[in-house]
Amino acid sequence: MLDRNSILETINMIRDENLDIRTVTMGISLFDCVSDDGDRLCDKIYDKIMRRAEKLVPTACEIEKEYGIPIINKRLSVTPVSMIGGGLSEDGYLKIAKTLDRAAGELGVNFVGGFSAMVQKGMTEGARRMMRVIPEALSVTERVCSSVNVASTKAGINMDAVAMTGKIIKETARRTADRGSIGCAKFVVFANAPEDNPFMAGAFHGIGEPETVINVGVSGPGVVASAIRRAGDCSFSALADLIKKTAFKITRMGQLVACEASRRLGVPFGIVDLSLAPTPAVGDSVAHILEEMGLESVGAPGTTAALAMLNDAVKKGGTMASSFVGGLSGAFIPVSEDAGMIEAVAKGALSIEKLEAMTAVCSVGLDMIAIPGDTEEATVCGIIADEIAIGVINTKTTAVRVIPVCEKKVGDTVSFGGLLGYAPVIPVSRYSSEKFIARGGRIPAPIHSLKN
Amino acid sequence: MKAVISVTGRDSMGIIAGVSNACAECGVNIIDISQTVLKEYFAMIMIVDIDRITVPFVDFVDRMTALGKERGLEIHTMHEDIFNSMHNI
Repeated sequence: MLDRNSILETINMIRDENLDIRTVTMGISLFDCVSDDGDRLCDKIYDKIMRRAEKLVPTACEIEKEYGIPIINKRLSVTPVSMIGGGLSEDGYLKIAKTLDRAAGELGVNFVGGFSAMVQKGMTEGARRMMRVIPEALSVTERVCSSVNVASTKAGINMDAVAMTGKIIKETARRTADRGSIGCAKFVVFANAPEDNPFMAGAFHGIGEPETVINVGVSGPGVVASAIRRAGDCSFSALADLIKKTAFKITRMGQLVACEASRRLGVPFGIVDLSLAPTPAVGDSVAHILEEMGLESVGAPGTTAALAMLNDAVKKGGTMASSFVGGLSGAFIPVSEDAGMIEAVAKGALSIEKLEAMTAVCSVGLDMIAIPGDTEEATVCGIIADEIAIGVINTKTTAVRVIPVCEKKVGDTVSFGGLLGYAPVIPVSRYSSEKFIARGGRIPAPIHSLKN
Repeated sequence: MKAVISVTGRDSMGIIAGVSNACAECGVNIIDISQTVLKEYFAMIMIVDIDRITVPFVDFVDRMTALGKERGLEIHTMHEDIFNSMHNI
């Protein structure tokens, strides 16, 4: 029999604590669309996406209504485009981006990820041409998200690719200057990119994935923050237990939605991504969880330890709740999408250097950070290289999604709208990385013994 | 299969009657009701059997939501699986 308190707890989580399913993402392989004719390739891509994902949005809406749990985003991820474009010209790659955008628009999904390249060890000619059109693709499309994997623990860091991504970010910012350089919010630079990530902007359908797959990303920072608040002054061991239990409940809901979506769509269930994903809404902030633990502001000494504990407890609780866990699974710390992070940056409590330290212990990386528009390209590359090195050495995923907002300087605020939120422009080091980045080549893969 | 209907809002005459009627019209059988009024605030949790429901469940959800709007109440209808999966191992 259903227990009254359990019912009230669930209803309270959904209505008052912003519990939701952040995304149901359908991964679609495009390998069978390959053609040496650009137009034919685009036609096949369009047809396949429209056929496979036809029922994605209505099915997700139906599940949302039946279970009373909001499903915020319905999305698509596809095979990295650089792998199916082959010998296409730059124009050909641009056409693929436009095709993806058109299909996503007609299906009613808000983003499609996979305008991506894997260049951790080297760059094919096709990948190079695709990467060259990323700025234009992001400026002329609305829903296409792009990512480039520039490093892995096995391959080391491709510094030529790092240099190229810095250029892509600056160029994208310029091309979308009239919209707060929003194009950069749709572009991620990765180390050790996961192949089953349902979250944007870094989602793509990896090469080891099935024909189609359903991946689900849960959310719920508000639920964790409320549980900690209710627990009052307890020790860290009690706190870790509490977070584990809460993460278990949140993830069970993700598992239910993933299984239902998979069954109704007749598409295999891939993974549940356990990430605590914040939104700019009040009561939906990862920063506020850390502050509930006893920090005056996120960014204060102790922040990295608090985040490490949170991230680990979320994984421990969530892993048992789902049959398959994957993606990024951890706590997200995007600045513009988290009310607590925004406050902390605005009052000077949180710097980009502290954010970088935090990324060593949680999922993802430097995420949705607005930096001054006049930041040198080499400095952007330096920021990327630092963050990527953390991922490569620690055998984890890290990523960079920074926005050098044209004509904005430290202290200004930029708004991206919707879930992308708004952010105060954060200061970056004024010392140059130019000669370092100009070296090019590859940083070798790290040794896996002699750990210190 | 069961579903949970939660009703909250300002108390008035005939709330239970209204919700029960809508259930009966759709072939939904009430199994359990727990209801309180705190000052003027009405709160009810109803557990219902939907095995013999005569309309698609999502239409029933819409109908209950609309009934809530008509009467100035918040009515949410949720399939039992969400509670079972969240609270049972």
